[in-house]
Amino acid sequence: MNLHEYQARDILRRYGIPVPPGEVATTPADARALAEKFGGKVVVKAQVHAGGRGKAGGVKLAKSAGEAEAAAKAILGMTIKGLTVHKVLVAPAAEIASESYVGIIVDRATQRPVLIVSAAGGIDIEEVAAKTPEKIHRQPIDPRYGLLAHQALALGFALYKDVKQARAAADIMQKLYTAVYAVGASLAEINPLVTTADGSVQALDAKISVDDNELERRPDIAALRDVSSEAPEEVGAREAGLTFIKLDGFVGCCVNGAGLAMATMDLVKYYGGEPANFLDIGGSSNPQKVVAALRIITGDPNVKAILFNIFGGITRGDDVANGIVQATREFPLKVPMVIRLTGTNEREGIEILKRAGFSALSDMDEAVKQAVAAAKGKAA
Amino acid sequence: MSTFIDKATRLVVQGITGRDGSFHSKQMMEYGTQVVAGVTPGKGGQKFENTVPVFNTVAEAVSATRANTSVIYVPAAVASSAIFEAADAGVKLIVCITEGIPVLDMTRVLPFVHERRVRLVGPNCPGLISPGKSKVGIIPGNICKPGPIGLVSRSGTLTYEIVHQLSTHGLGQSTCVGIGGDPLIGTNFIDCLAAFQADAETEAIVMIGEIGGTDEQQAAEFAKREVKKPIVGFIAGQTAPPGRRMGHAGAIISGSSGTAAEKMAAFEKAGIAVMKRPADVVPLLKERM
Repeated sequence: MNLHEYQARDILRRYGIPVPPGEVATTPADARALAEKFGGKVVVKAQVHAGGRGKAGGVKLAKSAGEAEAAAKAILGMTIKGLTVHKVLVAPAAEIASESYVGIIVDRATQRPVLIVSAAGGIDIEEVAAKTPEKIHRQPIDPRYGLLAHQALALGFALYKDVKQARAAADIMQKLYTAVYAVGASLAEINPLVTTADGSVQALDAKISVDDNELERRPDIAALRDVSSEAPEEVGAREAGLTFIKLDGFVGCCVNGAGLAMATMDLVKYYGGEPANFLDIGGSSNPQKVVAALRIITGDPNVKAILFNIFGGITRGDDVANGIVQATREFPLKVPMVIRLTGTNEREGIEILKRAGFSALSDMDEAVKQAVAAAKGKAA
Repeated sequence: MSTFIDKATRLVVQGITGRDGSFHSKQMMEYGTQVVAGVTPGKGGQKFENTVPVFNTVAEAVSATRANTSVIYVPAAVASSAIFEAADAGVKLIVCITEGIPVLDMTRVLPFVHERRVRLVGPNCPGLISPGKSKVGIIPGNICKPGPIGLVSRSGTLTYEIVHQLSTHGLGQSTCVGIGGDPLIGTNFIDCLAAFQADAETEAIVMIGEIGGTDEQQAAEFAKREVKKPIVGFIAGQTAPPGRRMGHAGAIISGSSGTAAEKMAAFEKAGIAVMKRPADVVPLLKERM
């Protein structure tokens, strides 16, 4: 789960990291009031889970409260990478002397958290890493001891020559590390970490992604979820216990298991189709999940055919079949459907489908071929 | 000989009285796995299915039954504790089926198990099966057949799909290992490749990877140097969009890294035959064996 910038800034503040002032507005009038409070000259920034906000026109500098109101009016309601902006952050425009990057991720190769810093901050850190890797400094962290003071200070000196600033940066790095474990972050970035005209070191912008697996034990963090900033069908899928990701194609896919779901999408493409979605109904045997899955898939007007690919292990064929029959009674299908059903309780499942007038295939390739052909309006 | 598990495997099931644990314990017992103990705190002294003694702690189970392997079916909230406990109790192999363990928990678990020289398979995995000998986890036994193919995979049902292709075309398996779909896992592709290379029963290897991370790329380099047996590989997620977690916590393309194209290129460079689709596994293996 991604947090908004303003939420991430609140978390950093909570762990003692200096963050310049800034508040959220949901209307142009609120933005104007905040700009007045901050002395007129402010930055208005779209709060949306998408990179490249600046390039998309989602970040504007305002010299007066009136300009801030106009900027908020322009930004609120705009869409950036398909997501509508509902909130803006209004913050005093700071005099910035330098911009750096500080981030912590869990590195898969070393299986440890890694602190990454660069004096080339303010821009896309991946670009810096690709073009000028020598400007990136990395410190793997042993989670048994945490980020040690000398490790942090060494990276502080990688950013600043001034000892006071280096110590301030090191302190921020240690607090960021504490925050990562406290909120269950899979990624925490301060970009940019700035020095201001008076020499102080502050976290100007922050990005935090929380590991979805942490949310159950951290209700306070789970409560930060902003459903309005997510695609509605993905919210519905999550609430039904499904994993769903919308894509641009025309073959709706309903599969058990993430790996098989990906392989099914790939095979749709292999046979000349385009997958409309990734959908994993998971390992459990619950006809209701199948109903929810079909409701989501049929809600996409781009879907021209539906493909079920079920290899029963824990998932039982009869449960899936019951779900399909129940769903098609609740909302009759307007597009053709191809079902592949094999594995646990396959015979029972096929029998249930037959009685309801459906047939099932046992071969994955054959099912995908037929689904693609049906979606293109042809017989296989 | 087979890899990681065989007839000498003496299994303790953590969470044996739970919904998933009891169901799969019965399945493993029916398959012929020696399930020697179960653990559910508070239910020590009971018997599972009138035969398997249940203990309050893994340490008690190990000392009473000489269990050497543990399988974990407990809920995600307590699964990392269950791994710590099993490692402390002295089993040599821990298989964690549970999905949903926070990655930061795993940053603490992994050094602990590695220091004790315990092998952890998973988490978030279907476990292992050495067909005809032993099954630890949830891989359906009826789709597997004994034979010469070693299979290692990050996936569950996709593994079943490919095993099914192998078995129906007369290619049995020495051992199938599901290493799990999480970003931080105990046993990786390289560990399995090394074990299959060393296993006399294994004649050829199937590797099933997916988008996210660099484990497959590193395994490809290792294979080129160290593995003499033919390898056939598959990568799921060729049509996956970047930046989205495709079901598995580890299946995500970060920026431009961890794509299927990059992994398939690494396979090709290392001389690993690349499947374009699951059905290619049999013809590619037959060409090379």
